[in-house]
Amino acid sequence: MPEDLNWAVGGEAGDGIDSTGKIFAQALSRAGRHVFTSKDFASRIRGGYTAYKIRTSVDELNSVVDRLDILVALTQRTIDENLDELHEDSVVIYDGERSWDAEVPDEQIDLDVPLKSLAEDAGGAIMQNVVALGAACEVAGFPIEHLDSALEKRFGDKGQKLVDNNQEAARKGRDYVQENYDHDFGYSLDTTDNDYVLLNGDEAIGMGALVGGCRFYAGYPITPATNVMEYLTGRIDNYGGTVVQAEDELSAINMALGAARAGARSMTATSGPGIDLMTETFGLIATSETPIVIADVMRSGPSTGMPTKQEQGDLNMTLYGGHGEIPRFVLAPTTIAECFHKTIEAFNLAEKYQTPVYLVSDLAMAVTEQTFSPEEFDMDEVEIDRGKVVDEDSIDQYLDEQGRFQPHYDAADGVSPRAFPGTEQGAHMTTGLEHDELGRRTEDTDERVQQVDKRNRKVETAQNEEDWSPREFGDEDAENLVLTWGSNEGAIREAMQDLDVDVRLISVPYMFPRPDLTEAVEAAEKTVVVECNATGQFADVVERDTLTRVERINKYNGVRFNADELAERITETFAAESEAKA
Amino acid sequence: MSSQAHFTDFKSDKQPTWCPGCGDFGTMNGMMKALANTGNTPDDTFICAGIGCSGKIGTYMHSYALHGVHGRALPVGTGVKLANPDLEVMVAGGDGDGYSIGAGHFIHAVRRNVDMTYVVMDNRIYGLTKGQFSPTSREEFETSTSPEGTKQSPVHPLALAMAAGGSFIAQSFSSDAMRHTEIIEQAIEHDGFSLVNTYSPCVTFNDVDTYDFFRDSLVDLDEEDHDPTDYDQARQKIMDFDNIYQGVLYQDDDSVGYEKRLGIEEPMNEIPEGAPEGAMDLVREFY
Ligand SMILES: Cc1ncc(C[n+]2csc(CCOP(=O)(O)OP(=O)(O)O)c2C)c(N)n1
Ligand code: SF4
Repeated sequence: MPEDLNWAVGGEAGDGIDSTGKIFAQALSRAGRHVFTSKDFASRIRGGYTAYKIRTSVDELNSVVDRLDILVALTQRTIDENLDELHEDSVVIYDGERSWDAEVPDEQIDLDVPLKSLAEDAGGAIMQNVVALGAACEVAGFPIEHLDSALEKRFGDKGQKLVDNNQEAARKGRDYVQENYDHDFGYSLDTTDNDYVLLNGDEAIGMGALVGGCRFYAGYPITPATNVMEYLTGRIDNYGGTVVQAEDELSAINMALGAARAGARSMTATSGPGIDLMTETFGLIATSETPIVIADVMRSGPSTGMPTKQEQGDLNMTLYGGHGEIPRFVLAPTTIAECFHKTIEAFNLAEKYQTPVYLVSDLAMAVTEQTFSPEEFDMDEVEIDRGKVVDEDSIDQYLDEQGRFQPHYDAADGVSPRAFPGTEQGAHMTTGLEHDELGRRTEDTDERVQQVDKRNRKVETAQNEEDWSPREFGDEDAENLVLTWGSNEGAIREAMQDLDVDVRLISVPYMFPRPDLTEAVEAAEKTVVVECNATGQFADVVERDTLTRVERINKYNGVRFNADELAERITETFAAESEAKA
Repeated sequence: MSSQAHFTDFKSDKQPTWCPGCGDFGTMNGMMKALANTGNTPDDTFICAGIGCSGKIGTYMHSYALHGVHGRALPVGTGVKLANPDLEVMVAGGDGDGYSIGAGHFIHAVRRNVDMTYVVMDNRIYGLTKGQFSPTSREEFETSTSPEGTKQSPVHPLALAMAAGGSFIAQSFSSDAMRHTEIIEQAIEHDGFSLVNTYSPCVTFNDVDTYDFFRDSLVDLDEEDHDPTDYDQARQKIMDFDNIYQGVLYQDDDSVGYEKRLGIEEPMNEIPEGAPEGAMDLVREFY
């Protein structure tokens, strides 16, 4: 694993933990360091433990680990919650003047810094977190200039005075540590000239949507998908689009449907319970052959479950949800950068094949901030394919003998033409009822079969024409195969650096249609499927596809996999095999 | 398509399967005439319909149209209009579709005030599912699912719309062809969300709210010297549950459609073939 430093700030919700963490993460990223963040938060706005954790290294990072080197604790609970992750050299920064009596375990180095009074000296108690950041810079051996630059970014819009005060507060924290502790903490955070950006999965989806030509977004707030809507709000208008906060998810998906029929690239994003409500309309989207992207940013279910915790429990719902049989595509980005690329791809697929496309992400990705080089978002590579759209000139070939436009024309590839409203001679109806090629209701047995086949044929066409390859890592010839989907890829890749056994990792971003894994599974001695759910939904799919039993590594306590635990569990799984054979 | 359409241009070649005598025939004819009279063509009109006998209207008319799921036609219309403000958007459905399963959307569509015309074919019964009570059914109405009477008071659509801040609230009667058409024309011309609650009798399942009943009970606002722009007068009439009125009960002259207030000017159907210009600026924001 890379040489890393793990830092966290924790306190009560409402203490500004999130923005404190974000400022430090930005400072590190601006210093050319890699950053990978994670958040612990409860489902309440004020009160309740919350923490923002940062792992940083000059090497690329794709996972969290169970270790904390520096902890800024604004409450006792912060210390208690993280006890397991502290080690003998961990430094705990806290404010002994505050009302709580901090009980810092003996093994750790406790750093009592009067955060609040130093903040007051700098212009306001509210800046105590920034004082702590200054102190942290000193402990970590990190030049405070980078923190200045992050503070500038954060507060620049609100005036130079605020920036100055905050920079002053940070210095007070640094100076206090310098003056009162002549301890060498042993950390030194190198900086580089690398140019990084720092963003999370929801932001990447939102950016992908904008770049991919999305013009209409309707949604209803829900953790952890709301950030997509918040990102697009304000920005989408610059491109002639709009965001509507609907009254509920039923409305959101139907608005998206209306906008798509009017010719806009249109999407919505929600999480499990919202997908349930949208499922009624899902069938209509498919039968009316309307291109829509639906992002499901998963969280712990069922029901309201643990709304601020991680899980990958909705795979079955996205694969099979809805009454009747519904052709669909299901994409599952495997990294934050992939959230961007897959969103663009989702729009292209939706429009090329006129189907609903699920974009399945999860909380771990949605709230994790990670550094990337801007080249990961290569705008020159972006291609927009709107599929078979007809205009006044090309519409002729799709009119029947009576001059009527056929929106469900039984094309060989299953893909019919689309006429945006306003196109002359294109007027037509679509409906959730079974229909003929003209879109008119039918119960004729032949026409029913024709249309069902036509819709399903789109999937076949796409299977042949598009690239559904998985992502591969490790030793291609290894006996041990690890399969995964969604956000686990990074942690597994990192775990692989510490394994005694050789493994091949296949990380699958396409859930439907999906790559054929039979050959890979048959070639392996043993296959294990890693996923964040209790029953192994993807493992079930793999077993069914490949007619081979697989092992499972599941986690469903609400916390994403980290690299350490995976290294252990993967080793155990494959070791069990060798013992059995011996 | 010539810029001047005849109302028959809005007719599809599908024969309606409504029962002979159903009020929906008259409702539909009025809608087609009103669309033609206000200068619309099938190619620039979008009709959204819900589910029910009433919802079949999109099938029998000719234009761009979507016949969706039960109760959700208003959100569809909202999406269509926002994505292409050049289109004339008309939404149609029944009293069950609009005021029962779709009641939530109704209130929000009213207050959102997107420029579209909502025609509710109010027959005070569920027709398509064969005669259960609807949200506008009378309290004592006996149906297959209310053999002892509904024991619930009916919804008052106009009052609901007014309470939600409606900018155009009207009522018509499908068999009074002239007035019905005229009222829908006014609704189309209104900038903002227009509700036209149209009494559209079900001759098969409702033997109480019949043509005769409506003919005898409707009071025409034209004969009442009613000023629909006077909010207090409108409120009085709308809250007068002892009478049923025909005409425009309330119209806010200053109403501006939501899409205009959002600043949407162009249809959203044109997008670049690659990333938009300056897309790297979006990435730069994350420094
Ligand atoms: C989700 C859902 N629930 C129930 C139905 C069955 N259903 C079809 S039409 C209808 C009621 C229609 O009543 P109304 O809107 O008053 O229209 P009418 O048929 O009287 O014109 C119902 C309950 C359905 N299609 N979808
Ligand atoms: S059942 Fe009633 S509403 Fe339906 S078509 Fe017949 S008359 Fe009209």
